Amino acid sequence: MDQAAARHDILGNPVQAGLPMAMLAELTHRCPLSCPYCSNPVELTRISAELSTAEWADLFRQAADMGVLHVHLSGGEPASRRDLREIAAAARDAGLYVNLITSGIGLTEARLRDLDGLVDHVQLSLQGIDSDMADWISGYAGSFSRKMQVAEWVRAVGFPITLNAVVHRQNLDRLPEMIDLAERLECRRIEVATVQFHGWADLNRRPLMPTMAQAQRAREVVNAARTRLRGRMVIDYVPADHHATYPKSCMGGWGSTGLNVAPDGTVLPCHAAQTIPGLEFQTIREAPLAEIWRDGPAFNAFRGTGWMREPCSSCARREVDFGGCRCQAMAVARDPLATDPVCSLSPHNARLRAMAEADADSDDVALVYRRMERETSR
Amino acid sequence: MIEHRISNASVAHLPRGVRLHDDRVRGIRVLLAPERAIQLDAVGDAILSELDGRRSIGDVILLLSQRYAAPVEQIEADVRDFLQGLVDRRMVFLSADGGA
Repeated sequence: MDQAAARHDILGNPVQAGLPMAMLAELTHRCPLSCPYCSNPVELTRISAELSTAEWADLFRQAADMGVLHVHLSGGEPASRRDLREIAAAARDAGLYVNLITSGIGLTEARLRDLDGLVDHVQLSLQGIDSDMADWISGYAGSFSRKMQVAEWVRAVGFPITLNAVVHRQNLDRLPEMIDLAERLECRRIEVATVQFHGWADLNRRPLMPTMAQAQRAREVVNAARTRLRGRMVIDYVPADHHATYPKSCMGGWGSTGLNVAPDGTVLPCHAAQTIPGLEFQTIREAPLAEIWRDGPAFNAFRGTGWMREPCSSCARREVDFGGCRCQAMAVARDPLATDPVCSLSPHNARLRAMAEADADSDDVALVYRRMERETSR
Repeated sequence: MIEHRISNASVAHLPRGVRLHDDRVRGIRVLLAPERAIQLDAVGDAILSELDGRRSIGDVILLLSQRYAAPVEQIEADVRDFLQGLVDRRMVFLSADGGA
């Protein structure tokens, strides 16, 4: 049966699927922390709906057979799964490179030793440089001191560490100390990522939006540190979207290299894809992963460039950034086919920048924390 | 101070968390590292496959120049450029890194 003819984007243009490189496995939405910028959807998946150990193991084999090389074990907090060791073992057995994305909370020295030889690399989140900041942002008293203890255990076992510092207006001025911490922990990499204002973070734009002056200082700090630390530590810096001229290539292009799996097995082109109305998603309980990747209507919706409108469709960068983030286009322009409003060529760009600047000028420090028991009124 | 300039006397190795991998789906060899997968050509694969944490870069250059019957100068330039790029990206460690 020739299914290729059936593969089309959201407007009916024919599309082709390549081979995925990376899979984000959201093992659970449970997390002891309540960070107000969590990338999980506002509607969180309950524990009873989570995939079993065996279902994850099967999924990892399917992913490896499709060409996936990296699996990122994430959440929520992946350590909230008691079967984390079995899950990591299954991923490694499938031949995948296993990255553990964790806050550290819930890991013990014994659990880390159990993961030795299974996990290739640990990505440790950083909410702040001291207890005052980190415990406030994470909504969890004692999280910072516990995290520093876990970092020592991770080093003692010998895992390479990337420190993943999530930055925003409340903590961006302390970036030099974050880089110093990464150096003290002998990290090979630090990722300095400005909050992406989707989902939970969108509810916290006013307290979290960085100012332009902060972003400029951060750029200088990063550039100086890169020179000083050349050959010792790599610094990846993701500035605020609206401080750039062009949008980021979200997920390296929709449905082109990466896929996310939610705790209940729903397969998503990106973690915010469910904010786009009308897209049809499938779970691995309904269909094989390869079929969802290749033929899933949500994956095909924005593949390629055929769905684009002006100014994207004739833009020289259309295969560089693929029009940016579809979810942001939905959120700001109310149209998932629009140019990402962070692009300077978008007709919504001036409004987006004005909104961001107004948010950055706010002195609001009241955080809306991510809560699992949230009333579902949306 | 961690050594990060390559010389022929340097001894290099792939640190923990960086490994060579047979990508059987695409039929290529790749170097896997945190958040990175680098497609290797035959030369890159040959160079990295000879890093055993004991042999010096100079020895690796000699060995490859014999194996490929190529001038030492040419292999030397290839090897040093290739490895220096990976050292800068923390995907290859020199022995002064302490084997971490």
